[in-house]
Amino acid sequence: MRRAAFPLLLGAALAVTLAFLVLPIVAILTDVPPGDLLSSLDDASARDALRLSLETSLTSLAIIVAVGTPAAWMLATRRFPGRAIAITLVELPLVVPPAVAGIGLLAALGPNGILGGALQDAGVELVLQTAGVVVALTFVASPFYVRQAIAAFEGVDTRVLEASRTLGAGEARTLARVALPAARPALAAGAALAWGRALGEFGATLMFAGSFRGVTQTAPLAIYERFGTDFTGALALSAVLVVLSGVLLAVVKLVGRSEHAAR
Amino acid sequence: MRRATLMLTAVALLLAGCGGGGKGRASTATGARTAPAPAPDLTVAAAASLKTALTAYAGSVTYAKPRFSFAGSDALAAQIRAGVRPDVFAAANAALPESLHADGLVGVPVPFATNRLVVAVPAGGRGRVRALSDLAVPKVKIAIGSPSVPIGAYTRTVLSRMPAESRAAVMANVRSEEPDVSGIVGKIAAGAVDAGFVYASDVRASGGKLKAIALGPELQPEVVYEAAVVDGAKHPAEARRFVAGLRTGAGAQALRRAGFLPAP
Repeated sequence: MRRAAFPLLLGAALAVTLAFLVLPIVAILTDVPPGDLLSSLDDASARDALRLSLETSLTSLAIIVAVGTPAAWMLATRRFPGRAIAITLVELPLVVPPAVAGIGLLAALGPNGILGGALQDAGVELVLQTAGVVVALTFVASPFYVRQAIAAFEGVDTRVLEASRTLGAGEARTLARVALPAARPALAAGAALAWGRALGEFGATLMFAGSFRGVTQTAPLAIYERFGTDFTGALALSAVLVVLSGVLLAVVKLVGRSEHAAR
Repeated sequence: MRRATLMLTAVALLLAGCGGGGKGRASTATGARTAPAPAPDLTVAAAASLKTALTAYAGSVTYAKPRFSFAGSDALAAQIRAGVRPDVFAAANAALPESLHADGLVGVPVPFATNRLVVAVPAGGRGRVRALSDLAVPKVKIAIGSPSVPIGAYTRTVLSRMPAESRAAVMANVRSEEPDVSGIVGKIAAGAVDAGFVYASDVRASGGKLKAIALGPELQPEVVYEAAVVDGAKHPAEARRFVAGLRTGAGAQALRRAGFLPAP
């Protein structure tokens, strides 16, 4: 009797968790008739917002992967003083509220910020620009990838890496030919999470980059703008994001699984 | 996401046994526990521009503990339409409370203050905008409200009263359409834009960070704030008292101090 109780408790906890997490998503999709979903995409400003969201989130993802991968490799393969602090700092944006990220970016890179003058002299303009959206997305989304990448590289069998080095391959070649292929499913999962986070970013973008159609108004900002006047339109745009994020997650899971099976 | 919050709130309220829709349930289930609370929580959904004034007013309210939700009036109205039931809705225009009233969601709206639109610039005179005409100078950066929020609608009224040429030049300089006045004030204070259209009271509330450039009477729109008791309010008596105080009592004084003018 007592033995049966605990698994029951686990099952109940899982059921509550699933219901809690899935209910809002289901509500969005059931509230929007498929016809409205498609007609909401007829709206030019909605399309602008989705296009901008895709462009900025993919740009920031490219930056995150390009810079984050070698940084994660270093953190995963070397032991040096301050490494634990470095990892904590990398993870900090995960727990910093987006509004705080926005304020921080303004204080750092804004016209009156600590690097504002230098950026201005260099002719770089970020605030209220599309580039500013990319900066905000990169800030909030990068830990999702870098964390996963560190774990992925740490999971690669060190004997394989040593073998590669013994056979004469340099570190860069070992990273590219051995570690990256081995870690690819995990890296893809991290990239998908980072992309999803970037796609949904709201607070930091609004504070640092503002909201202007076609320039800085990403899909989440457009949803918020519609919320006041056009709830159906806001729901429809939300549904598009839900579908997009769902497909994204599913693709990553499938890719990860098939690579796993292939090995 | 917002919908999720609404649902969670609804679930939480139901669990607590004091949901807005379940009055009978509230009195039976938790009547004993929450019964004669001397100062109940009074939820006030108010326009972001009212923040300073209402926060000051709350200090003198003894019959209830006001809990504020400040945001763009349009977002708050949308929450009410989606089933959120604050006790009081105080908007930066008359249109939103009137339309909620027409749909039977709030009581009769009461005008309680007026405000003026101004162009706000950073104090200290270092900025690029020193007169209204500077707004049309190329490369000047301006923040305004989005069309759905009252400050954005008023701003568009002002712009529509300008000659077509300067209107186009000013609109071409708009860099951000913010969801509420706090966003506009923040962008000016952070130096992200050179100027923005806000209420005179926002400049007062900035504590010397911003300076106002007045609009001529030919441009000035009529800015009337209206408040209403929300139908299904948990504490209607306190809500009515709170709204009445906005017109004549401590609320009116706080509004005057914050730079609002009396209602017509």
